[in-house]
Amino acid sequence: MGIYAEPRFLPAGDLAVSIELADEISREANARVLTLERLLTDSQLPGVVETVPTFRALLVRYDPLVLPWGDLLARIRALLSRLAGAAPPPGRHVELPCAYGGEYGPDLEEVARRLGLVPGEVVRLHAGAEHLVYFIGFTPGLPYMAGMPERLMIPRLERPRTKTPPGSVGIGGTQCSIYPVESPGGFWVLGRTPLALYDPAAADPILLRPGDRVRFRPIDAAEFREIAAAVAAGSYPPRIEVESAETTP
Amino acid sequence: MSDLVVVEPGLLTTVQDLGRPGYQRVGIPPSGPLDRTAFVVANRLVGNPDGAAGLELTLRGPRLEVRRECVVAVTGAEMGFAVTGREAPAWTAVRLKPGDVVTFRMATAGCRAYLAVAGGLNVPPALGSRATYLRGRLGGLEGRALQKGDGLPVGASALALDRLEGRTVPLPRCPTYPSEVECRVVLGPQDDRFTPEGIAAFLEGPYMVTPQADRMGYRLKGPTITHARGHDLISDGIPLGGIQVPGEGQPIVLLVDRQTTGGYTKIATVISVDISRIGQTKPGQRVRFRQVTLAEAHAALAEEQRWLDEAVRA
Repeated sequence: MGIYAEPRFLPAGDLAVSIELADEISREANARVLTLERLLTDSQLPGVVETVPTFRALLVRYDPLVLPWGDLLARIRALLSRLAGAAPPPGRHVELPCAYGGEYGPDLEEVARRLGLVPGEVVRLHAGAEHLVYFIGFTPGLPYMAGMPERLMIPRLERPRTKTPPGSVGIGGTQCSIYPVESPGGFWVLGRTPLALYDPAAADPILLRPGDRVRFRPIDAAEFREIAAAVAAGSYPPRIEVESAETTP
Repeated sequence: MSDLVVVEPGLLTTVQDLGRPGYQRVGIPPSGPLDRTAFVVANRLVGNPDGAAGLELTLRGPRLEVRRECVVAVTGAEMGFAVTGREAPAWTAVRLKPGDVVTFRMATAGCRAYLAVAGGLNVPPALGSRATYLRGRLGGLEGRALQKGDGLPVGASALALDRLEGRTVPLPRCPTYPSEVECRVVLGPQDDRFTPEGIAAFLEGPYMVTPQADRMGYRLKGPTITHARGHDLISDGIPLGGIQVPGEGQPIVLLVDRQTTGGYTKIATVISVDISRIGQTKPGQRVRFRQVTLAEAHAALAEEQRWLDEAVRA
């Protein structure tokens, strides 16, 4: 386990390569992936079509007729040599209002019981933490986040739900996630955000980005309905602050 | 702006262009045609840029009423293309006049046909593309498949219609859609997670296409592929054609509307020019995989490009 001394270049067909930087899930491994992605994006290398960052690997889609394999590898190796000194891309701070418990968070009571806490303490711990978005994937807008307080770690549902409403905020294992669309799922649902993580009708349909830092703000049912109505009317600007590059640790 | 009116939608007809690159990092797959070759040829026949929006027809095409004079080309699966009751040539630019009715039957060879119209389908783009991503309700016509009563707007043709009529792909050059297909693969990204016997079984095959086969991916059934040390992986990005093997040892080929990331090991990746071969198969057909080197895959892509550049004759 750990960061590789030599990154691995794994061909993923003839149009993509997976660059593995580590064999662990950690903030450091993910920061390296996001930094490499930024270096590659900034280099505006012709023939690079798109990049997909995940926990510890960057998938690079390229056009081999524009950028031959050997050249692609040489260019990425050159970027990797600059990785240690490069600043990670500036993250954003995103506040997600979240109604905990009741109809919005049907599992809050049971999670509290199993963890030997009162529901209010579960909410305080969950809303008090900063959740780092490692990457977005699987379905549109779904965040894979780190930063769950250890006290809230709980095995996933023994019997996954067949339907979880959009916006549901769930926990399981060391993970916290949010369902952008109605889906089946194995997470314990603590609450729900009225914000749309994925809105195909919007000019910018995806709310969260890799590298975002998310905080949940507890709201009550009345405020949930108020924000949900504003979101539906297109008049709710999510609270997002962009970190300046200088303040990046 | 209903230049083409949908009288019957067919089994699954969607608007596609060459896809929506750049959004896989936020969970949105590229979409686009499953048979890129047939799609591009259709566009070139009617004088469009390769990425103009057209229709992808699945198993049985729609019935369309023509409201404005236009030139169309139908390529891909053999689907009994006819105009106002008369059989019309595929792989050829065909002129249509107002009142004409375009019809199709069930596919007899292949699974997906393409209909391009000179000027392209002028539906509003979403995130820079007109491709339909059904599960994400994005692009195309309101993010969904065509329905009865839909109207499709057609853009302005780049060339005069009488200059397009009759452009064709000479018959011996047209792709065919055999019942048993071979897909070339490059091993990896995680072939090191399988036993030598597992890789041998995978390359020996054959695999049958199951009913769980769509634009997202094809579940196949055949010889069991054994893992060397577990089937779980730290989730990573899934490339076009990536072949996931979950615990039960049966492969899933992931295609244009795939989930963008996943945690199952991927034994191999179907090379880009052979995506159309699997995309043209129906449930019950058989698929074999053949290993090629990355250099051979890139040579095949360059060869495909040359073929495309020579295929269309004025």
